[in-house]
Amino acid sequence: MQSLSTLQLRSDVLRLIRTFFDGRGYLEVQTPVSVETPTLEDYIDAIPADDRWLRTSPELHMKRLVQAGHPRLFQIGPCFRAGEYGRRHRPEFTMLEWYCANAGYRDILQETQGLLQAVAAGLGRPGPLPYRNTTIDLGTCEIRTVRETFAKFAGADAAALNTTEFDRLLVETVEPRLGRDCPFYMIDYPAAMAALARTAPADPSIAERWELYVAGLELANAYSELVDPVEQRRRFEACADRRRRDGRQLYPIDENFLAALGAGMPPTAGCALGIDRLLMVFADTDDIADVIFE
Amino acid sequence: MYSASDLRKGLKIEIDGAPWQVTDFDFCKPGKGQALYRCKMKNMISGITMDKTYRANDKIDKPTLEERDFIFSYAEGNSYIFSDNETYEEVRLDGELLGEQKWFLIENMDCKILNFNGQAIDVTLPNFVDKKITDTEPGVRGDTATNVTKGAKIDNGYEIQVPLFINEGDTIKIDTRTGEYSERVSKS
Repeated sequence: MQSLSTLQLRSDVLRLIRTFFDGRGYLEVQTPVSVETPTLEDYIDAIPADDRWLRTSPELHMKRLVQAGHPRLFQIGPCFRAGEYGRRHRPEFTMLEWYCANAGYRDILQETQGLLQAVAAGLGRPGPLPYRNTTIDLGTCEIRTVRETFAKFAGADAAALNTTEFDRLLVETVEPRLGRDCPFYMIDYPAAMAALARTAPADPSIAERWELYVAGLELANAYSELVDPVEQRRRFEACADRRRRDGRQLYPIDENFLAALGAGMPPTAGCALGIDRLLMVFADTDDIADVIFE
Repeated sequence: MYSASDLRKGLKIEIDGAPWQVTDFDFCKPGKGQALYRCKMKNMISGITMDKTYRANDKIDKPTLEERDFIFSYAEGNSYIFSDNETYEEVRLDGELLGEQKWFLIENMDCKILNFNGQAIDVTLPNFVDKKITDTEPGVRGDTATNVTKGAKIDNGYEIQVPLFINEGDTIKIDTRTGEYSERVSKS
């Protein structure tokens, strides 16, 4: 149950996030919550709403706005994912998502780190943060590739694992150990695990993607966005094939989005951060129920 | 059959012909990855525990469990005999299966016996049972507020911690789920 103190915390954190992005020249936007074409992803399912769907993320609409000439955008709002319910999940949750043109995933990593520090400072808690029997220093961070992380914490070669082996090892062995002392950014994913990210120019087996963890809790996901319309269509079609094979609902390909890419989009970095998860860190709880009203 | 989305704390499932109960459950979904259901579970016969992770499309066997009402009749050595109130069928269970519960049985007590494939695997007693204290140090007056306790025995020799004001001959209520003192029913 949400207490008065977490209501206040949510209000404070939202205000601090808006102040942070406002100070960096970002425009706050609202894009449709009900959509005709939810983003095609292997394992994310949308909740139907009349003859449309509730968005699983605002990603495609926001990238269309970037392409239309708005280089810095952020949005805070609800997203919906079918069947996701647990101590760290709800089918409805609040997402912060932002995009920055002419930037890459390393740039937005630095910005994310700055955001965490700005929020902590604004809450009057700039020092080490007590969380779940450990202490998190937001003043620094650890950055490691997926391969380094899996080798270190699981003694495994991430490049040699299939996706099921990868997910299993990640959940059972790797994730709980990430970010015990400071934010942990796991970067450079196998290319197959980033449907909307650009592959690294020097190594096409690597996707320019990272995930942020604090004390085992996944907080954010970021990409150097894929802006090549031909490659994006190929990936959407391959994803649709896998969803068909797995017996999952199929969604139409978002032709408006592909048309926008086709009209030319600058290199862009994007990040999605779970607001409820961030509140869990500052509220020192491992149960999302403590920071939401339901 | 259950599917992984049916998993929750307390669910009873069958794995390799044995009944297991889920004791802890966590829904996990890493990044853009697939949903995984992490479970801790306990074997309902041997009591051993294990961790197991299921994928969303995994199917899980449902155990054939049947709970029936019995009355406790009598004990014979390490055997405990229960009878069905309607059919008068008798079931003989040994002390190991009953565990601590065997100390709290009283003749004609209503019990529930859980069967897995026709084999009794668990007995549930009423939550509370009244027992007479047969041996303890003399009571200490007045000390009812603190939670200081002393050792005591009931008629069959079971040792239990009781408050200091309890005397020999007093009847107390025991919580059969924990084996602990609950309250005093009557004074000697």
